Amino acid sequence: MTPPLLSIQGLTKVYPGVVANKDVTFDIGEGEVHALLGENGAGKSTLVKAIYGLIRPNEGTMLWRGQPYAPNAPAQARATGVAMVFQHFSLFDAMDVAENVALGMDNPPPIRELAARITEVSNNYGLPLDPSRMVGDLSAGERQRVEIIRCLLQNPQLLIMDEPTSVLTPQEVEILFRTLRQLRAEGRSILYISHKLEEIRSLCENATVLRLGKVVGRADPRQESARSLAEMMVGQTLHTPSRPAAQPGKMLLQVTDLSVASPSAFGTSLKSVSLAVRAGEILGIGGVAGNGQDELLGALSGEIRANAEAVRMAGEPVGQFGPNARRAMGLLCAPEERLGHAAAPDMSLTENALLTGAWREKLVTRGFVNWGKARGFAEKVIERFDVRTPGPWVAARALSGGNLQKFVIGREILQRPSVLVVNQPTWGVDASAAASIRQALLDLAQAGAAVVVISQDLDEILEVADNFAALNGGKLSAPRPVQGLTMDQIGLMLGGAETGETDVAA
Amino acid sequence: MLRLERRPSPSKAWNYATPVVAVLLTMIAGGILFTILGKNPFEAIKLIFWDPLFSEQFAAYSRPQLLVKAGPLILIAVGLSIGFRAGIWNIGAEGQYIVGALCAAAVALAFYPAESVLVFPLMIVAGALGGWAWAMIPAILRTRFNTNEILVSLLLVYVAEKLLAAAATGFMRNPQGAGFPGSRNINQYASAANHEIFAGTGLHWGGVAAFVAVLFTYIMLQRHILGFQVQLAGQAPRAARFAGVAPARLVLMCMGISGAFAGMAGMFEVAGPARLISIDFNAGYGFTAIIVAFLGRLNPIGIVLAGLLLALTYIGGELAQFMLNLPAAAIQVFQGMLLFFLLALDVLSNYRVRLFLPQRATTETV
Repeated sequence: MTPPLLSIQGLTKVYPGVVANKDVTFDIGEGEVHALLGENGAGKSTLVKAIYGLIRPNEGTMLWRGQPYAPNAPAQARATGVAMVFQHFSLFDAMDVAENVALGMDNPPPIRELAARITEVSNNYGLPLDPSRMVGDLSAGERQRVEIIRCLLQNPQLLIMDEPTSVLTPQEVEILFRTLRQLRAEGRSILYISHKLEEIRSLCENATVLRLGKVVGRADPRQESARSLAEMMVGQTLHTPSRPAAQPGKMLLQVTDLSVASPSAFGTSLKSVSLAVRAGEILGIGGVAGNGQDELLGALSGEIRANAEAVRMAGEPVGQFGPNARRAMGLLCAPEERLGHAAAPDMSLTENALLTGAWREKLVTRGFVNWGKARGFAEKVIERFDVRTPGPWVAARALSGGNLQKFVIGREILQRPSVLVVNQPTWGVDASAAASIRQALLDLAQAGAAVVVISQDLDEILEVADNFAALNGGKLSAPRPVQGLTMDQIGLMLGGAETGETDVAA
Repeated sequence: MLRLERRPSPSKAWNYATPVVAVLLTMIAGGILFTILGKNPFEAIKLIFWDPLFSEQFAAYSRPQLLVKAGPLILIAVGLSIGFRAGIWNIGAEGQYIVGALCAAAVALAFYPAESVLVFPLMIVAGALGGWAWAMIPAILRTRFNTNEILVSLLLVYVAEKLLAAAATGFMRNPQGAGFPGSRNINQYASAANHEIFAGTGLHWGGVAAFVAVLFTYIMLQRHILGFQVQLAGQAPRAARFAGVAPARLVLMCMGISGAFAGMAGMFEVAGPARLISIDFNAGYGFTAIIVAFLGRLNPIGIVLAGLLLALTYIGGELAQFMLNLPAAAIQVFQGMLLFFLLALDVLSNYRVRLFLPQRATTETV
């Protein structure tokens, strides 16, 4: 019997205070697409970093085709035949595709030769990409292609992909999967990390499930249901968010013909965005990152001013107001970036509670801060939203992503908003925390608030939203009821095909 | 091998310890410097840090000088610290100090020789307004045209120095001064003079103003929402905008407060210890105050301690120049080293230094 391509045996990695991987053992065969499943913090990243030579494990061995394999550095891993596509791209906006590819190579050939090879590889694998384009002008899907082609140029035997579809439209996912299947047909192996269970079921023939650093299950995903895989991952029965159907109430948030310029150079300006949300309704806004999500949130929160009539709250024009005036009227927001935007990393949770709660929670009297009251509000958020932390004096940056997200969402919900806008409410949050955040959003709508959920996770939108609209290049499609919407239709909307058609909601 | 590991939360202990360690390291490095210059390092350090306060020979003169020098340093530094916390870098306090002094002197000279209790308060207002106006130039240029306030405020120091020279030799020159540069002696004009409040202490009204400024800043930073917004804007600008802080208003406020405090310091100086507008009126308080602000951790109480310490290096430095023939620049190097060590050691607040042995890393489990 031939040895597997990569055999991982008893791998353990300990960080101060945390065991990231404990005695992890599994094999990846030749020509196999192997899924690595697990919640945030389950130890998936640590494991692939060890395989890619970014960290060295404390214990355990790896065998590459039966030979000992212990890479000291990524260059050594690449020389062996391991390539990795990271979740967060490391590309320079102001350089073109070929230059970016050259930067990631150990011995880049001359640029012209490289450009020819990029074109060749991109044609062979059905990933169209022009090597002379500026990376700053590329979509997220195209940027990912740059990373993939950079890997393929090294002719790898094992390709590691970390959450590759989180930034792609359904159509782009299809293209990617075609490429991955072609790679498998050529006898290459793929280690595929994702928490999107349907994708894993359609792509992978083996799955290793990690929880708290340990292997807790192995499965053939094609034989399992998405639910059984998820429960293996979480280790408990999953609670699906639900709510009784509600009658939409009066119009609470109305955006009409909103156009604002992006404050950042590589941002996307909003072009004539219109939307409307009634009491008790949740509007889901989908779209690939960088299509104007940050700008839309900023224009609704008041960080970006517009003309007065463009944004109305319960009929009142508020477009000219800043964030605090809008908060006073009951329009609250939770931005995507937790550290640095929704919360100040080095400040305590008490200070971060004051950050948005100052006015509505009356934490300030005549300009002076009532710190006792602010601490009380922080404690209330921590308790009601099950934020795992020693106490409100802890700095925000010391919390895990999921816990800080619960704090940020809880801070806004406890201020009884009449309109709540959230961007990526469960990004990087583990499955059980994500479920409780979604339930909180549903409960809020049930209680009569209008909610806007901006998200790149289509499953999330389909789970909570009543209506769906897609953001593409700063334009918003006409919202459509989620019920009866097919993945194909959603894909077309995300691609901008139906932008500007019949205006259903206005 | 050494490695830096980011701490989950900034270390409180190191935050307080770094200024002390920085002072000690500066003494050691300074000692080495003095040795190279051919002086006895222990004698020099003792002369700078000990003798001004405790030697029988010098203390009677030096001890009151401590408050004379610390007053303006603390007043300027406490104003700068507000902006520094917000990430607004007013490096031109020296210029605001000069313009404040010029405006105050102008008021005094306009009233001379009329005696009135209104002259002194008017001079304070004029000094504060002068410093404020000089600071508004970089502030407005930044909010309108997004210029860099560090460069603009710094370069305006040199403009202010030219203005000072023009005043001392031209439009403010003493008409009875036999053609020598320099204005009338304001310290001898009863209504305008800033005298010692208690004889022999060195405490003049500038010291009182510094104390009030420290109190005001302390309350603002600890208790007032403006203080919270200042710190938020410095630590997380995007979160500050999300919290409704208007960046432009914050720039105007912080530059305005620091300019007004520096201008007031200039006023107390010209009416007190400096006595008159002269070409070399400014003694670098505006620059040294930057060191004071950082050495005091941008904390009002810390700034009081740091101001006293830096005042000591001024006095001790003069003493060392006089007794040991140390060059004047050696003391400036000494003060500069203090800031250098302080900023370098700051890394310890946010990072832990770890020793590790690269060869055995694979088998260690703890």
